Amino acid sequence: MDQLTMLENKSIFIIREAYAKYKDIALLWSVGKDSTTLLWLCQKAFFGKIPFPVIHIDTGYKFPQMYEFRDHYAKEYGLNLIVGRNKEAIDGGMGPGKGSKLDCCNELKTNALKQTIAKYGFKALLLGIRRDEHGIRAKERVFSPRDENFRWNYEDQPAELWDQYKSESEGEDHVRVHPILHMTELDIWKYVKRENLPISELYFSKEGKRFRSIGCEPCCGPVPSTASNVDEIIDEIANATTSERAGRAQDKEDAYTMQKLRSLGYM
Amino acid sequence: MEERELHLVIVGHVDHGKSTLIGRLFYDTGCLSPSKIEEIKESSAAEGNEDGKIEFAHVMDCLKEERDQGITIDIAHTFFNTDRRRYVIIDAPGHREFLKNMISGTSQAEAALMLVDAERGVEEQTLRHCHVLGLLGIRQVAVLLNKMDLTGYSEETFKTVKAKIVEVLSGLGITPSFVIPLSAMEGDNVATRSENMKWYDGPTVLEALDSFESAKVLERGMRFPVQDVYDIDGQSVAVGRVEAGILRVGEEVFILPDNTKAHIKEIKKYLEEDIKEAPAGDAIGITLDGQPLTRGQIVVDRVDSKITDTVKANIFWMVDKDYTRGVPLTFKCATQDVKCTIDKIFQRFDPASIEVVERDASVIKPSEVAEVEIKLDKKVVVDSFDKIQETGRFVLEHDGFTVAGGIIL
Repeated sequence: MDQLTMLENKSIFIIREAYAKYKDIALLWSVGKDSTTLLWLCQKAFFGKIPFPVIHIDTGYKFPQMYEFRDHYAKEYGLNLIVGRNKEAIDGGMGPGKGSKLDCCNELKTNALKQTIAKYGFKALLLGIRRDEHGIRAKERVFSPRDENFRWNYEDQPAELWDQYKSESEGEDHVRVHPILHMTELDIWKYVKRENLPISELYFSKEGKRFRSIGCEPCCGPVPSTASNVDEIIDEIANATTSERAGRAQDKEDAYTMQKLRSLGYM
Repeated sequence: MEERELHLVIVGHVDHGKSTLIGRLFYDTGCLSPSKIEEIKESSAAEGNEDGKIEFAHVMDCLKEERDQGITIDIAHTFFNTDRRRYVIIDAPGHREFLKNMISGTSQAEAALMLVDAERGVEEQTLRHCHVLGLLGIRQVAVLLNKMDLTGYSEETFKTVKAKIVEVLSGLGITPSFVIPLSAMEGDNVATRSENMKWYDGPTVLEALDSFESAKVLERGMRFPVQDVYDIDGQSVAVGRVEAGILRVGEEVFILPDNTKAHIKEIKKYLEEDIKEAPAGDAIGITLDGQPLTRGQIVVDRVDSKITDTVKANIFWMVDKDYTRGVPLTFKCATQDVKCTIDKIFQRFDPASIEVVERDASVIKPSEVAEVEIKLDKKVVVDSFDKIQETGRFVLEHDGFTVAGGIIL
């Protein structure tokens, strides 16, 4: 069995395990390459019909291309799409220009997610985070519980042995399930190539620049790159000397912003 | 580069230099990006490290608390490459209170690097970690005697500490593949051969890593635990992962624990056709000519498993609270999930001393290992760990959390 098939099998096993344990489950789809890969793995796990909703947390600040991509593939795949927005904060003027990045991400992403979970009563969420993205994410468990305040208790995480994941426990609001935690950025692109997956055009070079990680338009900077197709991206990443999230503003505010954001329930 | 990645855990007593070694490995193999090096230089400087000297431990210890206290709290997985293959490195914490994190990390490994401070020798967590490696069946172990620079690169110190650790490991059934003298801080014998220890002619850490083998799929008893059953276009498809051996279309199989016979009609994967067989590790769906299946059943190619409601095992108790005999738990092995109690505690001991604390006990204390008999509410299908690891190991759960791991005798 080759490396990519091994990684795929592991992901499909985790997705099926999550669904076997939680029927009130949803997939969080940011429209980026990772959660789009996860979306495809879910299609595979359930033989083409994902039996639960797909949530897009919309800050209102995403790239226009991301909204187009979302709507196009939600239709093509026949997804049960839920768009979650923190309407009160958006109407109140919260945005990247106001206050700190920490506050903005917290209001428009984390709190929007809180409201969506409360509204639909989800007990489990599938998320496309990966260990090699960020040092803090390298510490994550595959099944990671959150309390009603969404706190991530990174100092006392559950034991996780031999693919035996924790079951529902008292005081747990929901569990975050991470089926592609073990994949690297390079794995994702190799898998995108092998499976011929559709990926947002923002990742491909235009006028000498491309986005390596996408999110909200005002907080994402493109990196210099001539990679205009998947093969060229694979080549570029294999020889990269900067980190994947180098263009993400919220990581830079302070060395531990990601830790703070994540302990408050950020993805 | 070889196809398959290898999962490697780094264990050892606190402060013996695990995180530093990993930082050094990354640095010396060019797996740290210049931007990451800059970030670490900044956080090292913020802690008062003079002259832009790099705190290699920050590569792995990313939590603020970890850097402030200079310790690893939780496992981190990270990746690095040699010419031979890719490694997934699992950095396990060395403090006693983080033992459950250490065990979680080790359970995912195929090989281990055991770090021992050459000056301080074998300490409490060194012993405990050796024991965990033995219990979890990790047989590929390289012992790294670190901080040789502090001993003046003394061959004599190396020989003394080496003799001690080899004795401890062999008592647990582990023969270390290598014992390597090194300095992670200075880089001796990590990626490049040390000029300071010409008396040593064995491999460097990198050479040792590349000599390890990844797990192979063996032609042995096939085990397919049913994970779930889906209705796909009116057809009942049982999904799961082949845990051992190879599952083949047309083959006669047995559904345990009921022991009914059936034949494999199809192996299903989305958008793939005409799959004839699926090896261990493959996540598939199957259709059978018999009764519909349910989660927790195990499909096997011949009936040589134990079908029993009493399991004898060695367990390691990972949580901070005592266990009192008779308290209800959940036994989880493959996709089986059954209520149980520990009925007999034949003996319990502290793996740091290996001396039996008590025989025929009524409690198990935090971080202890115990030989027990587990009474289950219904029959389960298991194997001895020596025969098939995947169905020979289990966890015990209390209120949704794993409290112990176990190996079936």
